[in-house]
Amino acid sequence: MRGLRLVARSLLPFLVALPLLVLLQRGTEQAIAIILVNVGVNVILAVSLNVVNGFTGQFSIGHAGFMAVGAYTAAKITSALADQQIAYLAPALSDQIIFAGALAAGMGLAAVAGLVVGIPSLRLRGDYLAIVTLGFNEIIRVVIENSPFLGAATGISGLPLRTDLVWVGMGVVATVVMARRLIGSTHGRALLAIREDEVAAEAMGVDTTGYKVRAFVIAAAFAGLAGALLVHRIQLCTPRTFTFVKSIEVVVMVVLGGMGSVTGSVIAAAVLTVGLELLREVEQYRMVAYSMLLIVLMLTRPTGLFGTREIWEWLPRLPGRGRPEGGAR
Amino acid sequence: MTEFLQHLVNGLSVGTIYALIALGYTMVYGVLKLINFAHGDVYMVGAFVGLYLSHALGVDRAPTLSKAAAVFVGAMVVCGVLGVVIERFAYRPLRSRPRLTSLITAIGVSFLLEYGFQLPGLIDTDPPFPPGPTPRFFPSPFERVSWNVVGISISNYDVVSLAVAVAFMLGLQWVVYRTRFGTAMRAVSFDPQVAGLMGIPVNRIISGTFALGSVLAAAAALLVAGSRPRIDPLMGLMPGLKAFVAAVFGGIGSVPGAMVGGLAMGLAEEYVAGYLASSYRDGIAFAMLILLLLFRPEGLFGRVQAEKV
Amino acid sequence: MSAPVLELRGVAVQFGGLRALAEFDLSMLPGELVGLIGPNGAGKTTAFNAITGVYAPTSGEVLVAGVRVNGQRPHAICRRGVARTFQNIRLFRDLTALDNVRVACHHGHLAGIVATLLRSGSFLEDEARITRRAEEFLEVMGLSHRRDELARGLPYGEQRRLEIARALASGPKVLCLDEPAAGMNVSEKTALMALIRKIRDDFGLAILVIEHDMRLVMGVSERMVVLDHGVTIARGSPESVRRDPKVIEAYLGDAYLAEKQLSVPPAAAGEPGQGTGR
Repeated sequence: MRGLRLVARSLLPFLVALPLLVLLQRGTEQAIAIILVNVGVNVILAVSLNVVNGFTGQFSIGHAGFMAVGAYTAAKITSALADQQIAYLAPALSDQIIFAGALAAGMGLAAVAGLVVGIPSLRLRGDYLAIVTLGFNEIIRVVIENSPFLGAATGISGLPLRTDLVWVGMGVVATVVMARRLIGSTHGRALLAIREDEVAAEAMGVDTTGYKVRAFVIAAAFAGLAGALLVHRIQLCTPRTFTFVKSIEVVVMVVLGGMGSVTGSVIAAAVLTVGLELLREVEQYRMVAYSMLLIVLMLTRPTGLFGTREIWEWLPRLPGRGRPEGGAR
Repeated sequence: MTEFLQHLVNGLSVGTIYALIALGYTMVYGVLKLINFAHGDVYMVGAFVGLYLSHALGVDRAPTLSKAAAVFVGAMVVCGVLGVVIERFAYRPLRSRPRLTSLITAIGVSFLLEYGFQLPGLIDTDPPFPPGPTPRFFPSPFERVSWNVVGISISNYDVVSLAVAVAFMLGLQWVVYRTRFGTAMRAVSFDPQVAGLMGIPVNRIISGTFALGSVLAAAAALLVAGSRPRIDPLMGLMPGLKAFVAAVFGGIGSVPGAMVGGLAMGLAEEYVAGYLASSYRDGIAFAMLILLLLFRPEGLFGRVQAEKV
Repeated sequence: MSAPVLELRGVAVQFGGLRALAEFDLSMLPGELVGLIGPNGAGKTTAFNAITGVYAPTSGEVLVAGVRVNGQRPHAICRRGVARTFQNIRLFRDLTALDNVRVACHHGHLAGIVATLLRSGSFLEDEARITRRAEEFLEVMGLSHRRDELARGLPYGEQRRLEIARALASGPKVLCLDEPAAGMNVSEKTALMALIRKIRDDFGLAILVIEHDMRLVMGVSERMVVLDHGVTIARGSPESVRRDPKVIEAYLGDAYLAEKQLSVPPAAAGEPGQGTGR
């Protein structure tokens, strides 16, 4: 009985979301669905980056690098297994299972990349960490461009179209649930303590380096998920998708929404993705408008839309939830 | 042996350019603790201002030394002003804010310059402003002459570039270590608050620092444009990044460090590209960066910042 | 005779050419109240930093409950049983008072990341336990009414108390207070003295206090150690230290000594044997 309660508690958001997403997928027309998928991918990126930049207060500006690791891993798997089926299963189901496996592998390898980058870099503070993460982003891109195995500059094309609203939606739910559950826990509070005052946190028994690495790894894993989902919608995996500019776009979403606010990241990601979509006509002016938005935003409201507040601080407490958990308030 | 010396000459030539740009990064970091992402783009603006001035003065039709000098000085002045303006409107309001805020603003300014210059032309100048993404060609102020000295090929452009760059670096050394402005700049880099209390006009010193760095970047751009006349709005990206790595290598905030770092970067690039493979040329900067930050983040001449508990 | 809960043997901290702390010896039994005083820059906070792992001692040993801890990272030393407050308050300003204290509650079994993400039963139990524990410490320090307020909004005196509550919540054997009374008025200081004694009585901790307010530190300490320029110049009971000419000279200068016609006796300062290991 206890196990059943555990399962129910853990998986409730997913169980609720799944049928809603299936309905959404059925009922939405293609053009809107594509935009929603982009929004979803960016939400995953923004919320995962927020774990490092917002919760833990670190300067990570190379998130697209981890996206790339996840994307290429998943792409290689799905293209290698493109014509294969799992025995005894209907082809459609087999494809979905293979895709799930590819996503998991992408997340896993991206997590490893997070570990590789995180362990040596997290001794560094502020600006230096920013430079390393940026450098890593560029190195990944340069390595990919010089690697025939990964398709070099032209990339891997002809990827199967697997990402739909259901997959992206579940990814979004997973990311938001992860962030929410993390922040309202001992481990989340440790991350916040590191952000607030690393010296004091260390003095109170928080293994600051260990936690910073963990935050990095978690964020990297979900960035990998986003990357894998993205390339299976555009059906193409090239290094041009994962440049420093993409990393900065994610940073802007996090800052716009408010560093430390999951709600803020979700809303900012949605607003910016849709906004950029609408400006697609005026391609050249898009980036100029974007850069001016950055500057104006930093000058006028650097704490972002939500600061560190969350929407669930205003919602009535659901029965059985018990005490409101930590976080900034 | 001649190959070795050739690479040496080329490396120094490129290295002095990196040094000039790196000085801008390091001086600004020194006084503001800010990585001025837009610096590489000020370099680009310098090249374009030079282009516009050259066409306006007719350098392409009738090049003379005085016109070349006018273009040189004009571009430096414009970039100096640009640097001051950027600092005044984009960075100064954020001085009390956390550093990430200024970092993002700097990125915003960088993008603004890069993408702004790629917009289709509005003002009917020659070329139109903004110049748009297509590369333009910088007119040569004088004929290119190559000499063969002990088997090494050197052009008059290389000689001029090297001489001018070295002159600028020596000039900067003098300014930083022998003038009151330089002393004030160094005081601000140690502790802006106390410097202010000692009567140093901190805002003016910071503006001056930006001006100085931007002037050097413009000079670098024009020296490069002489031998590599193809310019475009994104030309500042790679040199900016490499110069930044060079500054970090020498110890960000340290003026001699930036000079040494720039030369080291130029030489490393030349030798690796020459003896290994030229496709690794751009990767050198990143590799240097990662190794540096793993083993000695403070760079050659940098100070380790300890936090008082 | 019980074993010392904190021992420093010949601990020295050197920064390049600057010797911040020289051959510092200290031994504390559980429940002892020791005061560490000296003029500014004498090396008191350096000693704290050496104990808590912020600096690794250049030489010498630090032992907590008999276990060598010098060279370990601060968080490991905290878990061994050393907690501290800071000269300039270092609270987690954007967290609530409750959260500030909860961060320090890391004893006992803790649900891992996986259990946290799954919201398992053991996670919920841990959370409840940690919250209860944190609430208890807030109560002890009289801060229950500030439970859900951000630390940055608390009045100064309560911020200091919150820092102590947080340090206590980590379950230390040794509590190091760095100028806990700085910025307090007379009545707050009196209350603090009583509070320090109460903490010692209720929790049985050894408490090491750095203070500049002589009335407070001499009123609270059972014995004292005096530092000047990194060197231990006196040890003993508050009375003996108060009258020690070397201490007077360190604080008030030799002109004062000459005026009062006192003199510093020759021979080595800091004789061993007094106040160590008893």
